[in-house]
Amino acid sequence: MNLLELSGVHTHIGAYHILHGVNLAVREGEVTMLLGRNGAGKTTTLRTIMGLWSATQGEIRFKGASLKGLATPDIATRGIAYVPESMGIFTDLTVQENLVLAARAARHAGELDSARLDWIFGLFPALKKFWLYPAGKLSGGQKQMLAVARAIVEPRALLLIDEPSKGLAPSIINNLISAFNELKRQKTTILLVEQNFHMARSLGDQVAVMDNGAVVHTGSMRELADDEGLQQRLLGLSLAVHQ
Amino acid sequence: MISRLLSHDLPRSRWLALALVLVVLALAFAPFLFPGSKALGAAAKMLVFILLVASYDLLLGYTGIVSFAHTMFFGIGAYGVAIASTRLAPTFAAIALGVVAALALSLVLSLVIGLFSLRVKAIFYAMITLAVASAFQTLASQLSDFTGGEDGLTFKNPAVLSPSFEPFETPFFGVTVDGKLVTYYVLFVAVVLLFLALLRIVNSPFGRVLQAIRENDFRAEAIGFRTVVYRTLSNVLAALFATLAGALLALWLRYTGPDTTLSLEIMLDILLIVVIGGMGTLYGAVIGSVIFVFAQNYLQDLLKFGQAALGGEAGVPVLSQLVSPDRWLLWLGVLFVLAVYHFPSGIVGRLRLVKR
Amino acid sequence: MNTTTTRATVAAATTSAAIPKAQFDWIPVALVVAIALGALPLIGSPSTWVTLTVAGLAMGMIVFIIASGLTLVFGLMDVLNFGHGVFIALGAFIATSVMGGMAGWAGESGAAQLVAVFTAMLVAFAAAAALGWLFERVIVRPVYGLHLKQILITMGGMIVGEELIKVIWGPLQIPLPLPEVLRGSFLLGDAAVEKYRVLATLIGAVVFAALAWTLARTKIGLLIRAGVQDREMVESLGYRIRRLFVGVFVIGSALAGMGGVLWGLYQQSVVPQIGAQVNVLLFIVIIIGGLGSTLGCFVGALLVGLLANYTGFLAPKVALFSNIGLMVAILLWRPQGLYPVTNR
Repeated sequence: MNLLELSGVHTHIGAYHILHGVNLAVREGEVTMLLGRNGAGKTTTLRTIMGLWSATQGEIRFKGASLKGLATPDIATRGIAYVPESMGIFTDLTVQENLVLAARAARHAGELDSARLDWIFGLFPALKKFWLYPAGKLSGGQKQMLAVARAIVEPRALLLIDEPSKGLAPSIINNLISAFNELKRQKTTILLVEQNFHMARSLGDQVAVMDNGAVVHTGSMRELADDEGLQQRLLGLSLAVHQ
Repeated sequence: MISRLLSHDLPRSRWLALALVLVVLALAFAPFLFPGSKALGAAAKMLVFILLVASYDLLLGYTGIVSFAHTMFFGIGAYGVAIASTRLAPTFAAIALGVVAALALSLVLSLVIGLFSLRVKAIFYAMITLAVASAFQTLASQLSDFTGGEDGLTFKNPAVLSPSFEPFETPFFGVTVDGKLVTYYVLFVAVVLLFLALLRIVNSPFGRVLQAIRENDFRAEAIGFRTVVYRTLSNVLAALFATLAGALLALWLRYTGPDTTLSLEIMLDILLIVVIGGMGTLYGAVIGSVIFVFAQNYLQDLLKFGQAALGGEAGVPVLSQLVSPDRWLLWLGVLFVLAVYHFPSGIVGRLRLVKR
Repeated sequence: MNTTTTRATVAAATTSAAIPKAQFDWIPVALVVAIALGALPLIGSPSTWVTLTVAGLAMGMIVFIIASGLTLVFGLMDVLNFGHGVFIALGAFIATSVMGGMAGWAGESGAAQLVAVFTAMLVAFAAAAALGWLFERVIVRPVYGLHLKQILITMGGMIVGEELIKVIWGPLQIPLPLPEVLRGSFLLGDAAVEKYRVLATLIGAVVFAALAWTLARTKIGLLIRAGVQDREMVESLGYRIRRLFVGVFVIGSALAGMGGVLWGLYQQSVVPQIGAQVNVLLFIVIIIGGLGSTLGCFVGALLVGLLANYTGFLAPKVALFSNIGLMVAILLWRPQGLYPVTNR
């Protein structure tokens, strides 16, 4: 079942025509990787789904219902969590407060789901350690963990995650990979934008490659990973090297 | 040749060109076309405002800086002439000295303010200039020995410019030639020359860099222009032209006080005119000033009419107060709000959109 | 959801947190105390110092009540309301009507007179809230994100508002005398402390405590603090922050109206320009405090109040420029204000 479907989506930002008819399907319970060079339109696609930028043409359907014209908060409450490239951490708020905010049902820390919280602490022990610390003082990797934690503090139908590994040390990236694998085991649907092919290959079930504002290839991750020629054509270089 | 005179910054619209020609002719021959001291006073005020608002357009429209301190420089120019005429003697030499001193003070102040904008962001800058202008107004009314305090300074003009100067017995085209007339033409010539100078400035390479900075100061800096230098220079130039406008006003009124030049109301008037006229066009200052001064003087008459129709002061309650001529500012304020919504590019912008 | 287990988890996290909470920045608060203490030797007599300090605190508290809405509105939605003064004027004029009207009923009774004052504050709060709602809809909403237009249009709104006040109450000054029960002073030893000023200080403290508690302990407060930093992310988390903004704008305007009553009583007279007069002072205070910071606004207002009263006594000519001098000094030290809100 396709949880998310984009058909013929065009997005304009001012005078610039960024997305030229994007067709994308995200299957429920799977991790779909969105790959492509810089400037291919991956971030724009995520932002368009979230309603931060409006699609000028085309359809976006989530759980069968159209998202067109909805305001961002309404799109989020339908069950989509968004982790932007910049992470969107509230630097003046503590780790605790960041999570309480992300948990729509909780009015204060005491109302957070304890089982879920334990699970999050298990995935990201640093968050427990820095619980009362202002989030702005965390390291880059810890902030990224907090950003992901916010997206999973309550169950969501779909996670949109934009380049979580950017600028992070390999050990932290491995940490993230195990966290995402855990999510995979729980059958969470994720649309993940990643430049790091190692991460993409370990996690992705399906892959969509973008270029010049459109999706130019879809298929299984295995298929892409096994075909170096295909990688060369789509992404410009052999990604086995691009760790 | 006209193109060179206007520094190649043509009106680019038939209607605008027509309007400008009408304005220039009307102002040039105002004493003969519109007899009476009220009309001449309005014309003189239009001239002063044209210069004042054009200098503000340089700052706001071309450089993109919002400042509320502009009236301060206006006031400095006016007080320069007033103090020189009062303390020294009502001669041209004294006036010249006063103007030079005023220009020097404006230069220093605008430099300091311009450089201070280095440390603070644009929004802060706007609010800070508001505070500075308010402080300056308080200062002017406190130093009463020097500035005449709340009452201001009344003074005489040099002989040639005083109303009592009447070189010809017989009227010229129906108008008595007196010092007032001479003063009017001094204003007219000065404003024309200074306006043309402003046109020259905004159309020079310097002016183009200002516009680049207004559009994207980050990029301008990256290309290699020291934006601080340009912004400060723009600040200084705008201040100097405003100072001259103030000097002209003082010459006309033969009076200066904290309310004639330094008040927030005048600052708001400038903003109103530059928005309605059209920012970043300079011609907007011309059209806007004429419309504004006209409305200011004749709107009250219109309201008086309306109030009389509603039974006068003691007529229909609230309603008759709404159209009381004392409340003309209410209607101007409503017009102001509507103008900001519906005339984003000002009248000049609108006219230029109309296909030839 | 098992609340006892959750509390345990959270408590465990709290106690195991090896890293303590962020350190509170005491310096600006210390500055207030320093100025107060520093003025003592300059003034000489302790009793005069007490009188002036209370006067300064009272003035600061009233200014805080008025300015708190302004700084939050800017911090949250990037809206510069140059017309904030109109709510103050409305509140002050409402006070003249309400207290004038209730003077007969209140008569000699101190309690009844206090009731009149609080009624005026309540009515002003409500009226300013209503006007604030209208102001946001008609004047502010169309110009979100456009700073220049905001400045112009909100100033235009203030002009229109001021003129409308003149239509209703007339253009002249109206006296607003303090009721009998609030006149005079308490005597603390040698020091005379004006009764009204004590009341104003108390009210201000209550308002600050309420605001601080809301911001620190409630989810709405959390939303406001987060929204000040990153509006888009708050929306992406599923909150309709635009609605919250209208609420903040309305409350901010209502507080300004209530503060207007207090300000009018402080001045003992009311003029239509009262809003414009205070406007400049408000901007100075919120710039000093840091745009968007409530604590900064509080500390800034106290500094301004204290300084105005101390210099008014020690060097009256300088007093008029004490505000601006303070602002320049603070900005040279901390260009973003005392408590800069990050991400701005």
